[in-house]
Amino acid sequence: MTNSMAEIAKTGVAFVIGSNTTWSHPVFGSMLKRAVREKGVKLIVCDPRRIDLVEFADIWLQQRNGSDVALLSGLQHIILKEGWEAADYIRERTEGFEDYRKSMEEFTPARVEELTGIPQDKLYAAAKLFAQSGRGAIYYCMGITQHSHGVDNVKACANLSLITGNLGVEGGGVNPLRGQSNVQGACDMGCLPNVLTGYQPITSPEAQAKFAKRWGSQPTALKVGLTATAMVPAAGDKIKALYIMGENPLVSDPNVNHAEKCLAKLDLLIVQDIFLTETAKIADVVLPAAAFAEKIGTITNTERRVQLSNKAFEPPAGAREDSEIIAGIAERLGAEGFPRTVADLWQEIVELTPQYAGMTYERLRLCGLQWPCPTPDHPGTPILHKEKFSRGKALLAPLTYRAPAEEPCEEYPIRLSTGRMLQHYHTGSMTRRAKVLDSLVPTGQIELSPADATRLGVRSGNRVRVITRRGSIVTFANVVERVAEGSAFAPFHFHESAANRLTNDALDPVCAIPEYKVCAARIERAEQ
Amino acid sequence: MLSLTINDRSIEAAEGETILAAARRAGVEIPTLCAVKGLAPTGACRICVVEVEGFAGLVPSCSYPVAAGMKVHTHSARALDARKTIVELLLADHPDDCLYCAKNKDCELQDLAESLGIRKRRYRSSSQPVRLDVSSPGIVRDPQKCVLCGRCVAVCNQVVVNDVLDFGARGAKARIICDADRPMGLSTCVLCGACVEACPVGALVFKEQLNCMPDGRVQTTRVTCPYCGVGCQIDMHHKDGKYIYSTATAEAAELQPNQGMLCVKGRFGLDFLNHDGRLKSPLVRKNGQLEPVSWDEALDYTAGKLAAVKAAHGPDAIGFLSSAKATNEENYAMMRLARGVIGTNNIDHCARL
Repeated sequence: MTNSMAEIAKTGVAFVIGSNTTWSHPVFGSMLKRAVREKGVKLIVCDPRRIDLVEFADIWLQQRNGSDVALLSGLQHIILKEGWEAADYIRERTEGFEDYRKSMEEFTPARVEELTGIPQDKLYAAAKLFAQSGRGAIYYCMGITQHSHGVDNVKACANLSLITGNLGVEGGGVNPLRGQSNVQGACDMGCLPNVLTGYQPITSPEAQAKFAKRWGSQPTALKVGLTATAMVPAAGDKIKALYIMGENPLVSDPNVNHAEKCLAKLDLLIVQDIFLTETAKIADVVLPAAAFAEKIGTITNTERRVQLSNKAFEPPAGAREDSEIIAGIAERLGAEGFPRTVADLWQEIVELTPQYAGMTYERLRLCGLQWPCPTPDHPGTPILHKEKFSRGKALLAPLTYRAPAEEPCEEYPIRLSTGRMLQHYHTGSMTRRAKVLDSLVPTGQIELSPADATRLGVRSGNRVRVITRRGSIVTFANVVERVAEGSAFAPFHFHESAANRLTNDALDPVCAIPEYKVCAARIERAEQ
Repeated sequence: MLSLTINDRSIEAAEGETILAAARRAGVEIPTLCAVKGLAPTGACRICVVEVEGFAGLVPSCSYPVAAGMKVHTHSARALDARKTIVELLLADHPDDCLYCAKNKDCELQDLAESLGIRKRRYRSSSQPVRLDVSSPGIVRDPQKCVLCGRCVAVCNQVVVNDVLDFGARGAKARIICDADRPMGLSTCVLCGACVEACPVGALVFKEQLNCMPDGRVQTTRVTCPYCGVGCQIDMHHKDGKYIYSTATAEAAELQPNQGMLCVKGRFGLDFLNHDGRLKSPLVRKNGQLEPVSWDEALDYTAGKLAAVKAAHGPDAIGFLSSAKATNEENYAMMRLARGVIGTNNIDHCARL
């Protein structure tokens, strides 16, 4: 997030797109609802489903899955046409405006209605509300990113924020709600194929030299490695060994049927986890790890707040902390001076990562610090890009519309989307082993509209078979009003009816994110 | 600013400030039951009544604004007597099962009775016992213990904005209801647990609290929730190395990302820590089966195999998937292993998944 969650109370209008906030980030969802009710913050919700937040919204735009670039650009078309843009801000803080403006011309309300299904007057009302309600904050989640044009979606959000002068100001910003406790930190720590810690490029000889010197090792090649979505398909081919820590790709990867075949071809699969997950079951080596609360360490939240998480008690006898396991392997591979303790690792992190340089465990103790925090007396940074952008001026990116990789057709007429439920989390390895959560939602399901359910002759609780070009599952129907006719939504937490056997592994060409949010499916009544 | 006296001490207060707020700022404690920090006062419980010179009746300090020259007595005989009577009336139909109550020694009604010198029951209610509501998988409601302070209603509607709890019926029949008087387990309750934390007595408790009476062995440790990216700060209550239940971190709650709230997962989703299926030994596949081995054997095997793959196919034949569930320190270690020891940039994690 460029801004902080608490700023929701200081914004004029919140724009939520591709985020079922009250399910996936419930506590921030409550903050949002409270800001609407108590502070009069305006709310625009864009979602193909009538999510709970719609009840609090001033305007709900129900776009077709995968048409977000059209929706967002359509709003900008109207803002530019009406002269509601922040002209001074655009002149002083952005570049590329002319090319960008031209690219917006084609997104007329009529064309946007055709692509998204959103009535023109609603689009106009939303554009006006966002442009004329004071500071506007954009919040998005995987509904924006998990598309074969996810990067374009993000650029469209950034463009909307820029032309309304909302980036770098309190109560504004472009705010991706990060879905995992430390996904921000894993990125910050350079667990990405293209960067070292703090986003220092792997292709920079200076950055490489700095790390190699600290580690007493040879620099790696000055070329970007493989992403997770490239490693798994390359298994058995270019990739012979895979070391997986705390992930369960056999439930979370797109097109799991294919991922299964790939992983089976590996010479060596190492899985380090707290349970024998679906992926661990096919591993060659399983290393039992300590869970959170059984170790100390830092976690970086969605607003870049680095927080200390303490150790409550010992891990089960026989399990070890991840850092200890990794050090054990490093030492056996002949690495000298590989840090063994959490304190030593932290010391290296602050030395090598400018954004973390001013942090100490003592400073993090009360309520953490938001990076960048470059010096010991720096108070942290709740809002990014206040004075200038990291590249100087922000680039307004020209955009064109691209359809999802797979659209409904006669054979697969349903637009299928996947995501999370309130009661479960990701591959369910933790939440399905939590008694209360498991009792609330014990099985997988697929949300269907009443009209489609009637057509199929199914009711809630009936078994249905869901089929796509990649696979099929049998699961339970959940007939709900919130789903639009012709659409369906399947949570992906359930390994026995894994929604990711259905999903499309089409990737965004720039960032290689899979298109979990749209594919074409057929649903049939199954034997009961 | 204006000045008034509280207990004969001169105090500066802001226009519109309540007597309670001014008193608390001046270090004078007035007990309350219904007040919720950050929300408008409801004046429901009347425990906070104080005597103001020149006023015929006592006034509720939580909702009464200060005025210039006002002379307030927070602990006069009249105020204390009124408070004592109110608490005695609350106790009239409150069960006597403190010894077995999950909130024993952590109960605001008990504290009030103690501090007001109440040692025996003066009034006895004729109301019928009300049944427990055990329909929710995580929360037990005991309406008999409810003091109708309304804190649960306030937080449910105004803080977490889930709009489930409300007052139902009037007068002696008044009680707290879920939706249109449904059992909690069949209502729209999302089990965020905010009401339980707000409850001053044992009317709302977490089921797990009932299995673990408060004793000296229950410890509290502050942790960061392992689920979504909000980074909620949790006070984890545990005993003998086992997780019991969660409350939102109380220390500087307003500065924490969760501002004193949790969701159903942070609240009821952490007992996987105690699950029997936790891995307790390294496993290595032998003759097609995963078999328990010693740590030395597992690590020797792993390192040996990685070295062999690297020797045969080069470092880029090895891939590393780190974890958005692990700490920064652990992710850094994995990154250093991949780049500094194996020598590949094939490192990623589940950010895209």
